[in-house]
Amino acid sequence: MTGLDEGTPLFAQIAERLAEEIADGGLAEGERVPSMNELAAFYRINPATAAKGINLLADDGLLDKRRGIGMFVADGARRRLLAQRRERFAGRYIEPLLTEAARLGIGPDDLVALVAEAARAVPLDASGGVTV
Amino acid sequence: MTAAISVTGLSCQYRDHLALDDVSFDVQAGSITGLLGRNGAGKTTLLRILAGQEFPSAGRVLVHGAPPAENEDVLRRLVFVREDQAYPDFKVRHALRVASWFYPNWSPARADALLADFELPAGRAIKKLSRGMRSALGIVIALAAQAEITLFDEPYAGLDAVARQVFYDRLLADYAERPRTILLSTHLIDEAAGLLEGVIVIDRGRVVVKASADDLRGLATTVSGPVLSVDDFTAGRDIWDRRQVASQASAVVVGPLDEAAWARAKSLRLDLAPLTLQQLVVHAAAHPASAAPAPTVPVNPWERTSA
Repeated sequence: MTGLDEGTPLFAQIAERLAEEIADGGLAEGERVPSMNELAAFYRINPATAAKGINLLADDGLLDKRRGIGMFVADGARRRLLAQRRERFAGRYIEPLLTEAARLGIGPDDLVALVAEAARAVPLDASGGVTV
Repeated sequence: MTAAISVTGLSCQYRDHLALDDVSFDVQAGSITGLLGRNGAGKTTLLRILAGQEFPSAGRVLVHGAPPAENEDVLRRLVFVREDQAYPDFKVRHALRVASWFYPNWSPARADALLADFELPAGRAIKKLSRGMRSALGIVIALAAQAEITLFDEPYAGLDAVARQVFYDRLLADYAERPRTILLSTHLIDEAAGLLEGVIVIDRGRVVVKASADDLRGLATTVSGPVLSVDDFTAGRDIWDRRQVASQASAVVVGPLDEAAWARAKSLRLDLAPLTLQQLVVHAAAHPASAAPAPTVPVNPWERTSA
C-alpha cells in the first residue's frame, strides 16, 4: 500500500483522491480515469477495493461508464466538486481556526487582521486555480 | 457469489491439543483473503487441511465443492506453498519442471520472468539456496502454477523488504491478469493489508473475526486527551483498552464513529486515531467476544451483492 492511510477504508480514500484530481483539473472532464487494475498497481491495493472507489464516484454521477472502454470524468463533475468543497470550507477550515483562536484568546478583530496580514504576505489570486 | 472454499464446523485435535475448534467460513472465488493470527493460532493446520495434507477430526471442508483429501481433481487446481517448504535434492530448474507436470495451467513464461524478478539462478542446487531464495522459489512456483486456488503460508521467511515488495507487486499483477482465489497467511499485516479484500483472524483455534478488510478499517478508534473528556466521550461505549498517565488518558472505542461523534470529540479537545488493520487484529485476538458481534461486520461479508 502506497501513500494511503491504513486507518480508514481504502475505497473511500481512492474515491477521495480521484475527486481531488478532478477538482484540481488533473483529470479533465471527458478524460479516461485510471482502471481498477492501474489504480491497484499504483497504490498496491486489491483491485476490488480500487473498483469500489471508482464505483462510488460513478454512482454519484461524477464518472460515466463507457462500455468496454472504461470510466470517464462526467461533464460538470469539476463544477460540482468545487461547489461541494466551498460548502465544506467553513466547517473544515474556519471552525477549527475559530476554536484555536478562542483557546489562545485571539478575538474576531485580531483574527481578521491576522488573516489580512497573511494574505498580503502570500498574494492569492482570487480566481487562482478555480477558474471553471 | 460462489465460494471457492467452504469450511463448516471444522475441528482438528492432536492428542490433548485442540488446534482448530469449530471453524467455519467461506472464501469467495476470485478474492484475496488474509488469514491472520498469532503463531500457533492454527493457521498452518487450517491451510494443510485445505490442501489435503491433514485430516480434520470433525467438520466439513469443500474446495471447489469437493473434499480435498486424496482428490486429485481438486489438488491439481490448488497450489500450496508453506513456510520452509522442503524440496528433494534438485536444482531450481528441476523443481520448476516437476511443478510444470503437475499443474495444468503452468506458465513457463511466468516462471522465467519470476526467476528473473527474484534473481534466482535456475542452475543452482536448492539445498545451496539461502532461506530467502528458497522462499522465493516457493513464490515462483505458486504464481507460475496459475492454479485457481493459491494458498500461501507465511511465504516470505528470509525475504528482505525489497523482495517482499516484488512479491506483492507480482502477486497483484498476476491476479489482475488472471484472477484467482488467494488465501495468504501472514504476520506482516501492515505490509500486506492493502492487498486483502477479506480477512479471517483466528486465535487459539477459533475464528474471532471474518470481515471485509475495508469494513474493519475505522471499526475502532483510539481516543486520547484529558481524562475527564475521554471518560465523558467513552461513557456508554464499548472499550477495548484504556490507559492513563497524569491527566491524560487514551481508550480504544469499538464501533464506527459518525460525524456527530467526531465533532463532539473535537469540541472536547480529544484526538481521534482510527486503528489500522494490524492494530485491530491485535486487539481482536485479545478481545474475541467483543470483536465477533460488532454490528458493522456482516457475518459473511463476501455474500453481499455489491462489489
